[in-house]
Amino acid sequence: MSLTRQDVEKIAHLARLSITAQEMPVYVDSLSSIVNFVDELSRADTEGVLPMAHPLDGQHQRLRADVVSERDNHEKYQHNAPAVTAGLYVVPRVIE
Amino acid sequence: MHNLFIGELADRLAKRQISSAELTQHFLGRIERLNPALNAMITLTAKQALADAAAADARLSAGERGPLLGIPLIHKDIFCTDGVRTSCGSRMLDNFVAPYDATVVARLKAAGTVMLGKSNMDEFAMGSSNETSYYGPVKNPWDTAKVPGGSSGGSAAATAARLTPFATGTDTGGSIRQPAALTGVTGLKPTYGRVSRYGMIAFASSLDQAGVFARSAGDAAAVLQVMAGFDPRDSTSVDVPVPDYSKALGQPLKGMKIGLLREFFEGLEPRNAALLEDALNIYTGLGAETLQVSLPHLPLSVPTYYVVAPAECSSNLSRFDGVRYGYRCENPKDLMDLYKRSRGEGFGAEVKRRIMTGTYVLSAGYFDAYYLKAQKARRLITDDFRAAFDKVDLVIGPTTPTPAFDIGAKMNDPVLMYLNDIYTIGANLAGLPGVSVPCGFVEGLPMGLQLIGPHFAEAKLLNAAHQYQQATDWHTHAPRGYA
Repeated sequence: MSLTRQDVEKIAHLARLSITAQEMPVYVDSLSSIVNFVDELSRADTEGVLPMAHPLDGQHQRLRADVVSERDNHEKYQHNAPAVTAGLYVVPRVIE
Repeated sequence: MHNLFIGELADRLAKRQISSAELTQHFLGRIERLNPALNAMITLTAKQALADAAAADARLSAGERGPLLGIPLIHKDIFCTDGVRTSCGSRMLDNFVAPYDATVVARLKAAGTVMLGKSNMDEFAMGSSNETSYYGPVKNPWDTAKVPGGSSGGSAAATAARLTPFATGTDTGGSIRQPAALTGVTGLKPTYGRVSRYGMIAFASSLDQAGVFARSAGDAAAVLQVMAGFDPRDSTSVDVPVPDYSKALGQPLKGMKIGLLREFFEGLEPRNAALLEDALNIYTGLGAETLQVSLPHLPLSVPTYYVVAPAECSSNLSRFDGVRYGYRCENPKDLMDLYKRSRGEGFGAEVKRRIMTGTYVLSAGYFDAYYLKAQKARRLITDDFRAAFDKVDLVIGPTTPTPAFDIGAKMNDPVLMYLNDIYTIGANLAGLPGVSVPCGFVEGLPMGLQLIGPHFAEAKLLNAAHQYQQATDWHTHAPRGYA
């Protein structure tokens, strides 16, 4: 199956990716060929097979006690932020 | 000095015949001289390395001993290193200085290793040729017109070129074993959950596993010993005791059953097949028994992988939003514009392609047909391996279909590129350990032999690789100009 330009625009929006007009035809082609390729799966007989969520059977998500385990390191972590004011991450105005 | 194995280096350090400082200087000198032709490194940490070497020398002088104490290494730039840029090969993280150490980094640091720097890699580990890196492609030291494989191409090339005694890597669909094969080094991908993923930038969380590049199985065993083990900070880390891997290396192979994967041998290029034939003769000579086994669902593995991995990638990479860390676009007009342009400009073409593939297979109306179907196929593939391991101890096959290909040869055809991983992906889908060892040359380029074992069979796997390396010398060959 082949994806259209509109399909790829919709996917790019869902993925929050800006795609330039020049890039668009390349993605329409390559995503179509990938989708065609993975469509081979539709021929596999998976009747009654349980989907596998974890590579090791019998492993469960571990729980831990609800206690504080990390110190406040926000200053160190926020060193990597593009814009910070008074310990808060700054983004363009959301509410007018 | 750079041709010595880790055990030999540790012995000389222990006898104080060399110092860690001398060793570190030696490898830093080689990097400075030889790396410009290879582009295997993203960041060099020479100053810190010399300080760490001095600290290791002090520990050695105080009488402390350890298999990796004072030994230099290179980390793949996917592992967070406190205070050192951790780029993951991406423009998105070009300015990211990790605020903490990955568990792998912390464990190796505590063992007294000396980090020389961070290696180049495919962007966010997505690639099979190391051509998707924001920092440019890595060249294969056997022929600089060829790719080194990927995604851990820098670690592989650096180990092959003797710029380091060993290097770390990660393997999501073959990203340790494939570049190890294409550069003629030993590459080990442990069982899913054997080594902590804490601080290892996530690509596909149900497949990612950290491992090692070294020049012998014995060296890989010494490194895995330090890396492996339970970590409460990784929720998928498995609490299974870590055996003594080096001790397991002396086991004779008499009576071991090795399964030839029928699907891997069918249609194999004749020169690749001849090398594997030689390897099988070595194994039968060592007393192992070889028998045919089949994984009938193996042809599903590449399409299954290219649904599961992009799906997990699209979810994992949603954290890169231009707000908390990483690249932010200039003059965003609103929050949506900030998200879209920061991600659109910060990610390279292959990463965007995988995010979009993943977004598509997870989107409303397609989830059952792709993602759920792939997770069912994944169980079929895993069950095939389980059935094979009822009959044999390990399975054997090629690591790659061909030797290293030309830089640029497959960049315009993603599906062709994805098929490179045809022999390695199965082990990731099933969470199994696998090792690639050098087994000869085709047209002057190294080829790899792959062994895959049941969950947590690293000791058996490393011993089988070690016994092969005792009977052959392929792993001792160095690329011309790097010996």
